[in-house]
Amino acid sequence: MTVVRDPALAADARRERRFFLSLSLPALFIVGLAAILPILWIIRQSFLTTAGEYTVGNYQKVLSSGLTWSALVTTLELSLGTLAACILLGTPLALALASVRPRVANVLMAFVMLPLWTSILVRTYGWLVLLRRDGLINAALTGSGLTAEPLPLVYNFTGTLIGMVHYMLPLFLLPVYAAMRDIDPNLIRAAASMGATLRQVIRTVILPLSAGGIFSGSIIVLIYAIGFFITPAVLGGGKVNPLSTRIERTLSTFQDWGSASVLGILLLVLMALIGVMLLAARRLVAQNTVEAPHA
Amino acid sequence: MLEAYPQNRLARILLWSFAALVMAFLMLPTLVVVPLSFSASNLLEFPPHAYSLRWYENFFGSATWMAALRTSLILGTLTALIAVPFALLACISMNRLGGKTAAIIQSVLLTPSITPGILLAIGLFFVLAAQHLIGTLFGVLVGHVVLAVPVACIVLLPALARFDWNQVQAARSLGANWARAIGGIIVPQLRISLLSATLMAFLTSLDESVISIFIASGRNSTMPKLMFLSLRDQIDPTIAAISTLWTVIVVAVVLIVTLRQKS
Repeated sequence: MTVVRDPALAADARRERRFFLSLSLPALFIVGLAAILPILWIIRQSFLTTAGEYTVGNYQKVLSSGLTWSALVTTLELSLGTLAACILLGTPLALALASVRPRVANVLMAFVMLPLWTSILVRTYGWLVLLRRDGLINAALTGSGLTAEPLPLVYNFTGTLIGMVHYMLPLFLLPVYAAMRDIDPNLIRAAASMGATLRQVIRTVILPLSAGGIFSGSIIVLIYAIGFFITPAVLGGGKVNPLSTRIERTLSTFQDWGSASVLGILLLVLMALIGVMLLAARRLVAQNTVEAPHA
Repeated sequence: MLEAYPQNRLARILLWSFAALVMAFLMLPTLVVVPLSFSASNLLEFPPHAYSLRWYENFFGSATWMAALRTSLILGTLTALIAVPFALLACISMNRLGGKTAAIIQSVLLTPSITPGILLAIGLFFVLAAQHLIGTLFGVLVGHVVLAVPVACIVLLPALARFDWNQVQAARSLGANWARAIGGIIVPQLRISLLSATLMAFLTSLDESVISIFIASGRNSTMPKLMFLSLRDQIDPTIAAISTLWTVIVVAVVLIVTLRQKS
């Protein structure tokens, strides 16, 4: 921006700025009305009794209940389990996709992204069909004699985890694949010419250079996983209850708005923790890049 | 990338077998419902012994499902019609303001996409309950628009960054007002991105389930809400037929967008 000295021009520039600012107002208004106000309302509701009086009783009730803490543990188990599975499954897949020609990789990526474009309910239904007692996977397992009895694969923690990993994996894959594509192939050639084995190249060149992508992917997975609702509600079969399904049950079945709001606030706190982690990690990365000599 | 290691054939075979398994894992649940939807049997048998279109007839003959389909299509259309203009204006604003102001606006606009759906849903439920708007189309629409605005912005922001603003300045200096400059110059040049944004906003609404589950009810139930409820109760192959149709529609829309963007 150039410095405007003429007061008339300066006034003009200010007016133009105000005009451009006003163009965001409709979008900001709808976000305020339908996202920010609702979250503030949850905070307010958490301090109200059913009769609408101020209370801290909701907090006492929810925080002293064992169900809340087991919901919190389930939420963390599901989120971290999903994250671990995404890293273990997604990183090698990203490496494989990044190692072929872009044309081929693009076609394969389209297949990988297919689930992303499939409704979550369609996918959940697909998993029900596959994982049920008389489902496809159990039929294959007992038919081939690998197991004598059908395995309990769904309506439990395992089924929920499978469904969640299936949802998050493409989201994790995108940033990791992008990071690996950006690696300069000359670096790998250089390492190879100096005698590095494939294992060394992966450990000391490829993985460090894609750490940023793996980190972004992990944050995306965590943000989606902590509030995930549909998959635990259907594939958990009522036996897997993270915070999200507890919120739904408290609200719909027990009509207890106050307690549901307190549970919602626990979810907000978890989100804030992820946010703090993200900022801390960014700072750490920034410090390291300043200290490192320029390549 | 790994061509510097032609001798590590075993490692490559292992890597690709693993990748193939993971890709099969990703595609399996979507594909498995297709043959099931053409089954003639009540049971979820695989592969089906006989084929029929009865589950499709079941779907198109059901007043409840048809009402839900209608609601979902109306909601998707309205969502796109509201969210895309809002997003376009906001993106123009961010593009022109730049710097910290634009960054603040952007982070506010992206809040809905990083907030867990369940929080938006119960918060919106409380707000709408206070206004006696639970179960109305309007209530769900507001929830869908707020989710579609960030999606549309993600498509439109990079497109605007490539736009040459001198054209607008030229038009303005020749006396065009802002409405004319936006409608006559920006919109026609961004039409491909605007089409993408519209379809993405439409899909966002079509696919949204959590807000619908909490806010929509009765006549205004959406397809995802009805699918959720029937998945919880009983699972008959009607859902497989719906799932197949749903996936075909979505894949078609995505293909149109990608092919359009390439040409």
